[in-house]
This record gives sequence, structure tokens and C-alpha cells, in this order.
Amino acid sequence: MTNTPTPLARILAHREWILAAIIVLMTVGIGTQEAFFISPDNLSELLDDTAILIMLAMVQMLVIVTRCIDLSVASNLALTGMIVALINVAHPETPALVTLVMSVGIGAVLGAFNGILVWLVGIPSIVVTLGTMSIYRGMVFLLSGGEWVNAHEMTPQFLAFPREVTLGLTTLSWLAIIMIVLVALFCRYSATGRAIFAIGGNPKAAVYAGLNVGKYQFITFCISGAMAGLCGYLWVSRFAVAYTEVALAFELQVVAACVIGGISIAGGIGSVWGAALGAIFLGLIKNALPVLGISPFWQMAISGGVIVLAVIINSRSEKQVGRRILREVHQ
Amino acid sequence: MNRQTLQQTAPHTTQHQTGNQRFLPDNLNGAWRNRLLRWETLLLVFVALAFFANTQLSPYFLDPWSLSDATFNFTEKAIIALPMALLIIARDIDLSVASTIALSSVAMGAANSAGIDPAGMVAIGAGVGLLAGLFNGYIITRFDIPAIVVTIGTMSLYRGIAYIVLGDGVYRDYPQGFAFFGQGYVYGVISFEFTLFLLLAVIFAVILHKTIFGRRVFAIGNNPTAALFSGINVKRHRMVLFTLVGLLSGIAAILLTSRIGSTRPSIAMGWELEVITMVVLGGVSIMGGAGSIAGVFIAVFLMGLVTFGMGLLNVPGIVMSIFTGILLIAVIGTPIIWRRVVQAQKMRSKMRGG
Repeated sequence: MTNTPTPLARILAHREWILAAIIVLMTVGIGTQEAFFISPDNLSELLDDTAILIMLAMVQMLVIVTRCIDLSVASNLALTGMIVALINVAHPETPALVTLVMSVGIGAVLGAFNGILVWLVGIPSIVVTLGTMSIYRGMVFLLSGGEWVNAHEMTPQFLAFPREVTLGLTTLSWLAIIMIVLVALFCRYSATGRAIFAIGGNPKAAVYAGLNVGKYQFITFCISGAMAGLCGYLWVSRFAVAYTEVALAFELQVVAACVIGGISIAGGIGSVWGAALGAIFLGLIKNALPVLGISPFWQMAISGGVIVLAVIINSRSEKQVGRRILREVHQ
Repeated sequence: MNRQTLQQTAPHTTQHQTGNQRFLPDNLNGAWRNRLLRWETLLLVFVALAFFANTQLSPYFLDPWSLSDATFNFTEKAIIALPMALLIIARDIDLSVASTIALSSVAMGAANSAGIDPAGMVAIGAGVGLLAGLFNGYIITRFDIPAIVVTIGTMSLYRGIAYIVLGDGVYRDYPQGFAFFGQGYVYGVISFEFTLFLLLAVIFAVILHKTIFGRRVFAIGNNPTAALFSGINVKRHRMVLFTLVGLLSGIAAILLTSRIGSTRPSIAMGWELEVITMVVLGGVSIMGGAGSIAGVFIAVFLMGLVTFGMGLLNVPGIVMSIFTGILLIAVIGTPIIWRRVVQAQKMRSKMRGG
């Protein structure tokens, strides 16, 4: 009757720990093959390389938890990145911090557009964001006329911001770490964060509890958009180039990171750590392929295969939890 | 007094019922067919407008050969839109169709390099598409996962496999016999592609509107649980639909590969969006349960004519995708807003009446 789970079982019940263990094992495994892979320099570079994916996956998690999906993040990123790059070319005196704030604002507006269509018009989020995905991407082309904004056209301050190294990590990496903490606190302690999980877990119950489901979905789209905008600036300045195809199909990796991180596409289940670990897992694969001498062309298929595998595992574990509760009730 | 009112209302209700029966013997939702008819007429008006606009844009547009050429840029997508309509009516969706084309096209390229004749290549192209659809359907129904996630995964998986096989390379040198499917003409200016599309449209219209299978597709889309309780094997029907979408994506891959005569892993990039837009533009409800092949058929021509017109104006493809995106949102959003406005008016008139 009173079968309290053993500490090991309790750890294994959390998908995040298993995923973290797999990541550590993989890193060490590759490290035994190629020693430089686990050097601090390479690991911090890996974090720097994965930071944008981590940030986007975290907020995508919030959107998915409310039973929506945001497929427009990569296009939002490209559009915001192009806008701030063009502003930088036109007004080189703009300080990096102002650019940063602007990118967050522009991204939030683009996200709010998605959110309004979902909330007030009531169109399914997949349709809205599939539409805005191509609208925003097309607008990048319209704005730039298909031209590239290259490194020499951007100011040094604009480019330097994400690369400055503090305590061994770049600003970009620190931003990702700060965001993980902020979003985790937001989910756990803010009323809005709790409400987001509540409406995802059971929208009907949430309505009876007086929560406006559409409004919270709108909020998550704004957050997702703001983060995509921020990442737009970070991406363009890190890679020192802005063009129409920036981050093309990156939304798939973002969704993949979430699914790998144990976030249920049916809503209500997910954690910041899960999303971040899912992103790190994908980043690890991407960086490990060349080290192991595998063609980078494998990356797309691997992430696709991992998505399919992860959703299968998720669906099975969710079902098992349900059965276990039933069994306990019967006993 | 009381009896009198009863006698008065009784004939009225029976009249109402017989009226309903005469219009729609087997459809509970009476308003739908009328609304769809109206939607399809509206689409026809837009097709006529787009056609007229194109004649104004180019003096060569009305030439039979030019008209025939105009059909090429949408026929392959239109062929996938047919089974996709059935799938969306059944409340599912498949985002992996464009990637299926890439996989199928690469398979045909590999087969060609291995010295397999055109007939074998066609079988392989269609077969790979069918298997890709079957895989989607199996994973979705076996593990009970939303179709969106699975097909986002396979979208990346299928195109990813195409990249593994081909990398940044290209398959060219397709044999002469293979060129017929995408470039051949059946009679005069009527291409093989277009003929095949017309034939498939008729077949799918019959399947959806005249067979038990079609009725069940509507039933599943309207209420999957009720469909299950009324004895429909929902999973098997969904699986058949996914397989059909895969098969027709494979056929579209044969036509496209044969038409452009080369295969790159990036072939048909972004087509899933256009196919889904065609379907919802045709009046198929994205929430499932409603739609017609006739609507999709007209919508396909509308999309084709508009993109052809923009091509005449030298509008780049990526700008056309802005148009597709706006169209997708507008087409789904407008009826929702419209319904809300109508409902609000009804409420208001009711309040006034009461």
C-alpha cells in the first residue's frame, strides 16, 4: 500500500535527469575519442554556439505548454535581425544597449501580432504562425531588397556586444544562463507563470478558476516574439551578417529541443531545464558530428529522427503515469 | 387556449422537419451545404477576376500554349492538395509532404544512377512516397501522438535523409523516357500532368462525396469519439489517409522531377504551406469535418492564376510567399470574424424582439 518511491526511482521519474545523464555520457564519450572536445575552451564555445537555441527553446516551451505552437520564431529572428542591422548601418551612433532594447521591442510586436490572431480572432496557432513564418521571411527580403548586410557595414560596438568575454564565458552565454534563471523563476513564482501552466494542464478548469485562456496564450506569444527579436540581434551580430535566409528552418530545431526536453505537445507539461537540456543535446550533436568525422548533412535527419523518437517516448511515459495512478486508486 | 396553441404549433414543426429532410436527407448540419455553395461561387468570381487581370497583364496570356504553361506551376501541388483535403477534413494534417517529395525524388535519382528503367523509377518514386505516408500514419495512430509534431519531425527526417544521400550534389541526366510525365502532352496543348490532375480530382471527389469511406472521413472529422463509438475504425481510416497523402506526394515527386529534370535535396522547399493554403482556401475547415473537393479544385486554379500573374509582374518567389501567408490567415480568419458578426447581430435582434 504505502510504496514510497525510492530516491533512484524519483530521479528517474524526472526526464530532465535522464537527459542530463545522456548529455554528460555523450560528452565524456566523445572526449575519450578526441580529448580537446572536453577542454574548457571547447565546452564554453559549445555553450556559446547553443545559447540562442537554448533561449528560443525555453520560451517556445511556454507557448507549447499553453497548447499552442510558434513556428514563426526563426522568421521573426531574421526580420528583427535585419531591421536592427539596417538601423545600425543608417545610424552607426546607436549604442548597442539601445539596439538590444529595440530588438526586444520589435520582436515582441511581431509576436503580439501572432498572439492577437490566436486570442481575439481564434485562429489555430499552427495556421497563424505558419502564415506569419512566410510573411515575416518575405518582409526580410522586401526590406533588404535581397541584399546582404555584411560585417564591414556594421559598427564594431554592434558586433562586439555578444562576444565580449566575462569570467571565461561570452555575453551571449551569460545571457542564456540569466534567461534560464529568469524564466525558471517566472514559471515557478509569478502568478502569470503559474497561470500559463494551469491553462495548459486543463483549459476548462482554468476558465472556471477565472483565467482568460486566450490572454495567457497571447502573453506567451509576446514573450516568444520578444526573445526571438533579442536573438535576432544576437544572431546577426555574432555571425556578423544579415540576409534573407538567416536561421532558415531554425524553428524546427527549437520545437525539436522542446520535444526532446520532455515538453508535452498536448500542453501543460514542461520545464525550463528540459527545454534547455533539449537544446544542449541538439547543440552537442551538431558540434560532435565534425569531431567524429560525420558529414554535417546528417544533422537534419538526426534531429528529425530524434524528434520522432522523443515524442514516442514522451507519449509512452505520459500514458504510464496515467496507468500508475489508476492502479493506485484500485488498490 | 392552451390546446389551441398546441394545435397551431404542431403542424408548423412537422413542416419544418419535412423541409429539412427534403434538402438534406443525411446531413444534420443544414446550413453547411448552402454556405459552401456560396463559398465556391465566391471563389469562382475571384478566379474570373484573376483570369481577367492576367489577360490585361500580358497579351500572350490567352494563347492556348501559354494557358497550358500556366497550369504547370500548380499542378503538382494541386495533386497533393486532393488527399490533403481529406486528411484535414478528418482533423489531421501532414506537414511533411514537401520533404516526402525530396525523399522520393532522391530515391528516383539514385535508381536512375543505378541503371533502373523509367517504369522502375516511377514505381520507386510512388513507393517511397507511400512508405513515407505509411510511416507517418503508423507513428501517429500507434502511439496516439498529434499529427503536427510527428510530421514536423518527419519533415526534418525525410529531407534530412535526402541531404545525407545527396549532400550539396545533384542528380541530373534523367532518361528521355522519363521526361514524358512532367513534360509530355496527351492531346494538343493538354499536358499529361494536367490530365492526371483532372482524373485524380474526379476520383477524390467520388471518394469523398459518394462513398462510405468519404462519409466516414466527415464523421471522424466532426467528432472522432462519436465516430469510434459508432463502429468506425478511426485509426485505420486515419492511417489510410496518411498513406494516400504520402502516395500522392510520391506521384507529385515523379511529375516534378521529370519536369525540371534534376534533383537537389532542397527540391519543393516550403510547398507544404502552399498545399495547405490551397486546401483551406477551398473551404475545408482547419478544425475538420467540413469541406469539398469542388472548393479545393477551384482554389487551386485561383492560387495558380494569381501566382502566374505575379510571375508576369516579375514578383520574386519569396514575395509571393508573403501573399500566401496573408491569404492563409485571411481565409481562415475571415469566416470566423464573419460568423461572430452574424451571431452578434442575431443576439441583438433577439434582444430587441424579446
